[in-house]
Amino acid sequence: MSTAPAHVLIIGGGGTEGALAHDLTLRGVKVTLVERGEITSGTTGRHHGLLHSGARYAVGDQESAVECIEENTILRRICPGSFEENDGLFIAVTDEDMEYLEPLMKGCADCGIPTQQLTPDEALRLEPLLNPELKAAVRIPDATMDAMRMPLRFFATARHNGAEIHPYIEVQDLIVHDRVVSGAVVHDHVTGKDGEIHADIVVNATGPWSEKIAAMAGVDVPIRPSPGVLLALRGRLCNMVINRLHKSGDGDIVVPQRGLSVVGTSSWTVDDPDDLGLPEDHVQKMYEEGAKLIPAVKQAEFRAAWSAARPLIGSKDQADTGRELSRTFKTYDHKDTDGLEGFVTITGGKGTTLRGMAELCANVICGKLDVQAECATRETVLLPHTAYYAA
Amino acid sequence: MQTMEETAAGTETPTEVRRFRVFRFKRGDPAPHFDSFDVPIEQRTTVLDAMKWIQLHRDPTLSLRHSCYHASCGTCGIRVNGREVLMCVTAVHDLGREITVEPLANIPVLTDLVVDMEEFYERYPEEHPYLRESEFNAAADTPEGIAAYVRYEDCIECGLCVSACPIVGTTDAYVGPAALAAAQRMLEEPRGADTARLIDWADDPDGAWRCHAAFECTEACPSNVNPAARIMELRGVLMGGRLAFPGREEETR
Repeated sequence: MSTAPAHVLIIGGGGTEGALAHDLTLRGVKVTLVERGEITSGTTGRHHGLLHSGARYAVGDQESAVECIEENTILRRICPGSFEENDGLFIAVTDEDMEYLEPLMKGCADCGIPTQQLTPDEALRLEPLLNPELKAAVRIPDATMDAMRMPLRFFATARHNGAEIHPYIEVQDLIVHDRVVSGAVVHDHVTGKDGEIHADIVVNATGPWSEKIAAMAGVDVPIRPSPGVLLALRGRLCNMVINRLHKSGDGDIVVPQRGLSVVGTSSWTVDDPDDLGLPEDHVQKMYEEGAKLIPAVKQAEFRAAWSAARPLIGSKDQADTGRELSRTFKTYDHKDTDGLEGFVTITGGKGTTLRGMAELCANVICGKLDVQAECATRETVLLPHTAYYAA
Repeated sequence: MQTMEETAAGTETPTEVRRFRVFRFKRGDPAPHFDSFDVPIEQRTTVLDAMKWIQLHRDPTLSLRHSCYHASCGTCGIRVNGREVLMCVTAVHDLGREITVEPLANIPVLTDLVVDMEEFYERYPEEHPYLRESEFNAAADTPEGIAAYVRYEDCIECGLCVSACPIVGTTDAYVGPAALAAAQRMLEEPRGADTARLIDWADDPDGAWRCHAAFECTEACPSNVNPAARIMELRGVLMGGRLAFPGREEETR
């Protein structure tokens, strides 16, 4: 008896969703992905473009740190030519920062993140514009990613393997009967027409918007949209990624990118991921804190300032600033959490771990669909981003 | 140029309202039309912020492209008052009372402000790399284990130059400034590209020779690519190849 392949509808066009479409397609699952705007128009495209080594999390959140270094290595292999592979530095500029040096070195060792300790002089020879007062530096395998084009390679490859990728289609409602989700009511922004898409499983992969989509099925996911402000300056002030050697804080990173330098970031929480605002004091904080890493930040020409919402896991009463929330990711099978069949939410996480998140989510989905194929995304080299646009 | 002090000045400006005339089109419409929206703005409000405000507060069916919000992805190119810009780095404050917003020209419109980039990418000669050797902080050492610092190419494939080019507007056959500039960059730093094939591709009446040197592309470019100068440079390479004696090809290239 032959049956049609199982059909999965993915809601959301961010990096994780692209990686999920790619993963499921390789396993022989029919995939339709819808996104209300352009691909990577939500959180994915707006991040600072750091390919994490994991060092940022090696002291406080080792689960995330291990995920990062593993995925960092895999992504360099499957996305050749997509990264500015110049490594990164953590630099200490105060005595207090120096107290974080040993925990950082130990944490990185525990998590398998390679480090090289440099003297201030050695660091300044690599990066002449660093704060000359720096006291110590640690080199780690950070890199810069193009926050749109790297994820786009997953969409390109998925599309060429048969996945249907539809930007400009917005989900208006979910189709739910007898505690089973069987599709979505959609509005097509290209034609202006409404329609329905039916599927065996609907995946809610909308990052900070996942609470809104889950509500359409009458269930709750504990997500806090937690925005941060970023600042882009003209000119490259550094070639390596420069991090502040202390625990995660505001304005603790400068990511060089193309002809720009991006200073990030701050953290607070909001209710509506569509209405983030741009607090001026956060913009000024990026200048103040960024200048402690590279003093020339204050003299550099302004290019842009913006907010991006992280999808952090945690309940409304749990966090004020978002820093307390976990950076790792979670897949919810709503059958287990709410007795609702055919509906899975994946959320949390970060750009660097998009492939790993997709793998775990695809495992859950394939388990539900009784698809036996194993994940093949660790070894599959992705098509270039331009292939996304090729017919 | 605006630095920290200058951008902070004036951020307390009270909210004012600007009128946007926005190009609208859905597939099947007999013709496009314009809708007007009054949008409250502040000192830092960009055209992208204004369009997102309209989506959120006035018309959720307004469609546009955007991703990075800092002129690095190249998705949010449009025409504002007839000039090609990236929405994300165009401050509304500096524009007039009434602001006309249209999709890019010379690239087919999919819906509203969204153009179909498939045609744009078809212009390129072949797969073009977008990493290059970094020229910044040239005096810096490179860390052990790294051959040379690299960075992304300046070109963000936004299509502003193609929209602004008067020649692309007259003939579909002309490959246009973005693709020619990319070819010139590959000849300048081949990184494994087939340079002989690139020269053949560019040496065509609808390639480097079609440009009329209007320099509108360079005027529109938001990312310092200077496509017009690169096309002139490319012509120099092509002329050099034609004039060369056999056996002198390597020198002239």
